Amino acid sequence: MGRVVLVTGAARRIGGRFVRRLQRESDVDSVLAVDVVPPDEPLGDAEFVQADIRHPSIGKLVVGRAVDTVVHLDVGGGPSAGRRSRAAVKETNVIGTMQLLGACRQAPAMRRLVVRSSTHVYGGAPRDAAVCEETTVSGTLPGGGFAKDTVEVEGYVRGFARRRPDISVTVLRFADILGSALDEGLAGYFALPVLPTVLGYDPRLQFVHEDDALDVLALAAGEPRRGTLPDGTFNIAGDGVLLLSQCARRLGRPTLPLVLPALSWAGTALRTVGATDFSPEYVRLLTYGRVVRTSLMRDMLGFEPRYTTAEALAGFARRHGPGLLPPRAVARAVDRVQEAVRP
Amino acid sequence: MTDAKVIPFDDDRARRRGRGVGRPASGSAAPATEPAPDRREPGPEVVAPRGAPGPDGDADRDAGIGGRGSEPGVLDRLLGDGWDRRAAHGLSFLRRRLTGDYPVDDFGYDADLTEQVLMSLLRPVYEKYFRVDVRGVEHLPEAGAALVVANHSGTLPWDGLMLQVAVHDHHPADRHLRLLAADLVFALPVVGELARKAGHTLACAQDAQQLLSRGELVGVMPEGFKGIGKPFADRYKLQRFGRGGFVSTALRAGAPIVPCSIVGAEEIYPMVGNAKTLARLLGVPYFPLTPTFPWLGPLGAVPLPTKWTIQFGEPIPTDGYAPEAADDPMLMFNLTDQVRETIQRTLYHLLVQRRSVFF
Repeated sequence: MGRVVLVTGAARRIGGRFVRRLQRESDVDSVLAVDVVPPDEPLGDAEFVQADIRHPSIGKLVVGRAVDTVVHLDVGGGPSAGRRSRAAVKETNVIGTMQLLGACRQAPAMRRLVVRSSTHVYGGAPRDAAVCEETTVSGTLPGGGFAKDTVEVEGYVRGFARRRPDISVTVLRFADILGSALDEGLAGYFALPVLPTVLGYDPRLQFVHEDDALDVLALAAGEPRRGTLPDGTFNIAGDGVLLLSQCARRLGRPTLPLVLPALSWAGTALRTVGATDFSPEYVRLLTYGRVVRTSLMRDMLGFEPRYTTAEALAGFARRHGPGLLPPRAVARAVDRVQEAVRP
Repeated sequence: MTDAKVIPFDDDRARRRGRGVGRPASGSAAPATEPAPDRREPGPEVVAPRGAPGPDGDADRDAGIGGRGSEPGVLDRLLGDGWDRRAAHGLSFLRRRLTGDYPVDDFGYDADLTEQVLMSLLRPVYEKYFRVDVRGVEHLPEAGAALVVANHSGTLPWDGLMLQVAVHDHHPADRHLRLLAADLVFALPVVGELARKAGHTLACAQDAQQLLSRGELVGVMPEGFKGIGKPFADRYKLQRFGRGGFVSTALRAGAPIVPCSIVGAEEIYPMVGNAKTLARLLGVPYFPLTPTFPWLGPLGAVPLPTKWTIQFGEPIPTDGYAPEAADDPMLMFNLTDQVRETIQRTLYHLLVQRRSVFF
């Protein structure tokens, strides 16, 4: 008998791709895709259930369909939430997670829970260590927004893991995912023609390639391989670090340094006109940056990302084309000067 | 004399284009035809390897007086030999920077920028201004982790920067010192960004541990603000060495501790007073009052040109202890005291040897 997997947040790009991918796994019998809005892209043979995870009906679904694996991807606040108000996003993140976990607690068939989290839980402040480990507790917890939701969600998930020790619980803290769609993390920001930055700060950033994100979700949702222990919390990020200035130059996008309050204001303005959902936690990321250690991901989870941070960004640049200052053109201009100078 | 003005151009181009064209031996052959092409072609102004002795030199000088064609000679003389090579080097650096094609490590250390720009900016201060005398570089390991523990003084952390240059320029393996700095540094715009790019990181056990486990040379000044912000009257009196966290970090990593004494930094800003209320308002740990600062404004912030000595001491090995030794408070205190005593003794020793503060 195959497994029954329930995926929340299936209408998002990454959720949809993950649902399609799960159907290819040999031991998966059926996939239930849940979201409040119908997905833009077809989900293959998966059964789409239009349901709100904040509603108790989700409990009936989990128990009634004998779901054994739940992959909770509907924790977000990134740009995809632009279709909903901030209050609704917070409701979905926190109340939705509580409702879903409550449903899972009642489900006798449940064996595995995978929750998508984010490295935003580390906050980010000058008095934090430069490289965050899973055990790092920031002195300055995120004060609001999506980052705070994630902290709360993780808290509920930990409580759930204590009450149902028979269920394997995996929390994946993703760095910003860069993929084909612009609805994840910094992708929308990097698509702006001119990148507003914080004057006097050059944050360190890490990215995950969308394909790696899907691979690690599939790995965590599947049967654990020999020698790995997927229970617990793991940082997921590509190798290496890029500075924001480097990213901007590699993408060929000019930067516009603004003083910190002006950037917050610009973020609000952009959000209002709908250009991008530049939420406040990203201002923090773009000020102090965030780098995580990924040795647990390798040793315990047994996952080796295929793309480095730089490769994830390069893939993004290829897909979305260079900006106003294509790096190749800049390099050619410098080469021409060099030619002119050479004897 | 008109002949003499013209020939060098021809001479120059002949050499540049190829070996086929013969060099006119005297100034009589070419003059009638050559000036015209020279005026059309701005080539020789840009670059030409120069400096050939004999008649060329004379011709150059004449040309220099003569006008247009004079630039190669002037450029060479102004910028020195091999300026074209340096220009090419600079342009390839510029190319890397403009296309973002340089590596940065997890802590934000930008080796390219540090080597090419930051070090070159600090080097004149190091060599010409403070005239730093470095001793005992052989005590730093060729490879592998080590923790350099130094005294801290001078109101502004010039001593850390000079220590960084000292290690980089004098160590045979060109090792780069990764300094641990206060959180205040990283909270400040620009300063924090540059500190990260220069390879510094926050002084916390986690970062120090990570750096040491990567085999880096880590520098720490355990006195912290107590040391750097102490009054002039207390100069060269070591303050408390934190809580000895640096020792347990070194023990956990099995990295040797290299004591380092810096003489000269204490006198760069003689801090005679501390405006505590102002400091609290500004959110800084101290606000120095020196004989010149803040009375002379920015000019008062120029450090005094003292003569510095940086002495690295014998490394104290830490790999002989059991793993649980890092949690033994008595051992921590003993080792901390040992390091502190070594630095203090060396400081007094260097002070006795010193002829004057400025020479």
